[in-house]
Amino acid sequence: MTEEHAKNHLWGRRDWLTALGWTAIAGALLAGTAAFGRLLFRRAPIEPPTQFRAGRPADYAAGTVSDRFVKTWRVFIVHENSQLYAILGKCTHLGCTPRWYRRENKFKCPCHGSGFDTAGVNFEGPAPRPLERARVWLDDAGELWVDVGQRYARENWGQPGAHVRVSAARERA
Amino acid sequence: MSARPGFWRQVYDSVFRHKFGDTPRNRMLQITSNVFLHLHPATVRRHGLRLRYTWGMGGLSFLMFLVTVVTGVVLMFYYRPTAATAYIDMKNLQHEIPFGMFQRNMHRWGAHAMVILVWLHMLRVFLSGSYKPPREFNWGVGVVLLTLTMLLSFTGYLLPWDQLARWAITVGTNMAAATPFLGHQGPGAQLTGVTERTDVRALLLGGPQVGDAALLRFYVLHCVFLPLIASTFMIVHFWRVRKDGGISGPPATDSDAAAGRSGGQS
Ligand code: HEM
Ligand code: FES
Repeated sequence: MTEEHAKNHLWGRRDWLTALGWTAIAGALLAGTAAFGRLLFRRAPIEPPTQFRAGRPADYAAGTVSDRFVKTWRVFIVHENSQLYAILGKCTHLGCTPRWYRRENKFKCPCHGSGFDTAGVNFEGPAPRPLERARVWLDDAGELWVDVGQRYARENWGQPGAHVRVSAARERA
Repeated sequence: MSARPGFWRQVYDSVFRHKFGDTPRNRMLQITSNVFLHLHPATVRRHGLRLRYTWGMGGLSFLMFLVTVVTGVVLMFYYRPTAATAYIDMKNLQHEIPFGMFQRNMHRWGAHAMVILVWLHMLRVFLSGSYKPPREFNWGVGVVLLTLTMLLSFTGYLLPWDQLARWAITVGTNMAAATPFLGHQGPGAQLTGVTERTDVRALLLGGPQVGDAALLRFYVLHCVFLPLIASTFMIVHFWRVRKDGGISGPPATDSDAAAGRSGGQS
């Protein structure tokens, strides 16, 4: 490029090509990074099934907490005040699974010591809220079903799916 | 082998480009002409050798990194990162593989030591004021290295797939869900619009809870991604130590100035 040419043109051919080259490289890197970021989130999240059959209401004696579905479904079935409800075994502090201690009549979280009563209400330790409940219902054959995909925080415990009346179940059966 | 008389001489000269007589020039050449040694400065100031000044902490941190790299690669020969195999592989490493227990414990102790030494190194740099100009940039590089060390430790924690590992990562990733703007339970989540499926916790776990996807993700981060990034930053860190004038020294005193000396701070 001659001196004169450079004087008359703010951007010479080389400047354009250089800018184009670097833009292409930067663009490719950016696109690659963005694509990788998106790749880390699946199109269809893999989620395990959420509904299971939990036997007959009569399997749960009044005033008891059953932990027979904790290993498989992370759910405690509680029969109290002629209601059956399913407490989600997921501590509202940071998500560990509390255990049921029959003698002390409470749920206790092994991670940082939160305690919950039979209704799942927190009364000690760092947990900020009561344990959530999973949806429960009786099918036409009178069997108890639980759906851990639908959850009820304390404000919603009055809603129909948050518990089943056990006396009503007896009548149907 | 009675080759041509000059043969072995030629082999020798092809490897070493300098003589070995103990002269200052040859000593410098040994450093500058060797790829494995060239990170060392050809000359070191006296104060840079004082253990009471550096505590040797940066070098020991690096040594621990090398220990975890070597033993970690050894563990990779037997460890499979799936929920069905991870725990049993760890147990087999300990009880069935010759020296497996030794390698695993070297890796674990090396990792713990690295975390501790990196913190002590930072403390030393702070106490000796070595973050001051012209070394501010290298302090910044060091902060990144500290973060990477913690991330290496965190991702390695899940791999044994025992109860401690799974619940610790459950707790840790639930804490990540409370990160401002990036976690769905954190402040500002409405602003950024992140949900349970798109926040930083989901990014780490690759699924709704700690499971196979999370184990694989942590494994790749732990064994490939983070060590590569950390190595890159270490290269910059060491290079910068040299470019900033070698290890820092005590600041110039009034008597230094009177005597026309520059002091150590460069
Ligand atoms: C290239 C570097 C590395 C490789 C290839 C590597 C590889 C591995 C592998 C395969 C495991 C699973 C086996 C086991 O649990 O012992 C593991 C575990 C672990 N790693 Fe690393 N690692 C590396 C560096 C590090 C570093 C720098 C740290 C921390 C500063 C670290 C911390 C841990 C911890 C805490 C465990 C759990 C150890 C145990 O419970 O036995 N690793 N690593
Ligand atoms: S996770 Fe239950 S007390 Fe912290």
